[in-house]
Amino acid sequence: MRFPLDRFRTVLAMARPSFYASDMSSDSAPAPQQPDLAAAPPGLAALFLAFAGMSLAGFGGVLVFARRAIVEQHRWMTADEFNETFALCHFLPGPNIVNLSMVFGSRLRGIAGGVAAFAGLLLPPTLIMMVLAIAYAHFGDLEVLRRILAGISCAAIGLLIAVVLRMMTPLLKRTDPLPVFLMLGVFLTVGVLRLPLQAVLLVAIPVSVGVTYFLRRKVAA
Amino acid sequence: MNGQSSIWSLISTFGLMSLFAVGGAAAAVPEMHRIAVEVNHWMTDRQFTDAYAIAQLSPGPNVLIVTLIGYAVAGIPGALAATLAMCLPTALLAYYVSRLLNRPRESRWPGVIQAALVPLSIGLMAASALILAQSAERTIAALLLTTMVAVIASISRINPLWLLLAGGLLGFAGIV
Repeated sequence: MRFPLDRFRTVLAMARPSFYASDMSSDSAPAPQQPDLAAAPPGLAALFLAFAGMSLAGFGGVLVFARRAIVEQHRWMTADEFNETFALCHFLPGPNIVNLSMVFGSRLRGIAGGVAAFAGLLLPPTLIMMVLAIAYAHFGDLEVLRRILAGISCAAIGLLIAVVLRMMTPLLKRTDPLPVFLMLGVFLTVGVLRLPLQAVLLVAIPVSVGVTYFLRRKVAA
Repeated sequence: MNGQSSIWSLISTFGLMSLFAVGGAAAAVPEMHRIAVEVNHWMTDRQFTDAYAIAQLSPGPNVLIVTLIGYAVAGIPGALAATLAMCLPTALLAYYVSRLLNRPRESRWPGVIQAALVPLSIGLMAASALILAQSAERTIAALLLTTMVAVIASISRINPLWLLLAGGLLGFAGIV
């Protein structure tokens, strides 16, 4: 009975300092006012630490913290440059924020900078995740932990539904129905029929690119 | 499956999957579930939803659910192999593409492709939500909690971490 409660408290304790620390650091960011950081690119250790920091602060997604650290706190990029870099990473496959760390680090310090940012982003949370995996393997069947995880799962699924609803709104407001049909098609084939992702995307991506290109040309004409 | 071959199978599975992971980690959840639960029986439905919940609650990129899947298959080497296989190939691809397109705005193709991927990744994320909801507890209370969180997160800007912790507290209290 006692252990999972303690673990729950540790999770809370882990959550708090990083949260407040990241809030404070962004509040106090203007105070040091370093002169033109763009002239002197940060070192590899600084890149590693910066990405480790935003990764550990990023509960439920790192992007917000990455933008805050890169654009506002360290001023390594302007907001436009950040959007441009993120857009590139968003249209490529793979976890966007991981792609961003590699592209961003390499723009500042070459491939070594890319690797430093990539390692900073992934190493600390992977270690935490392995500790949690070991704990789950040992205690995952405890009744009280089962109940806690069941509750967290429900909340996590609710959050995902909210994200989907938010992203869907602009799509539904537009007049052309084709993107909505594509969205429904992917949902049905992958979610209900459980077809392999590769098979679905090998059809859906060319169709969607063709439709988008055609619609844009129609708007332009 | 022995250790060596299960690690290779993790590397090839997630390496290939990452190349098709458009729209980030949440969009890849259906494929992860299909491979880990339905095809290979690496995990049960319940273990998979637990892994998703743990990955959401922990700091860092959400893609790290693969660390938990890898650990379930082959311990710590499996966790490291799955994480690197899911993250490194596409990061290197992004590096080379970013060097090719120094100014992404100059070409209109990235814009077209990006716009074309939006409906697909929303469809995939909706599929993730459906599959996770089907694998999770299916009591009335659980359904109510999921709906409540979805509504609250849709209409307010509350930090998601508090909703996850509230879900954990309700579970601890035995309400869900």
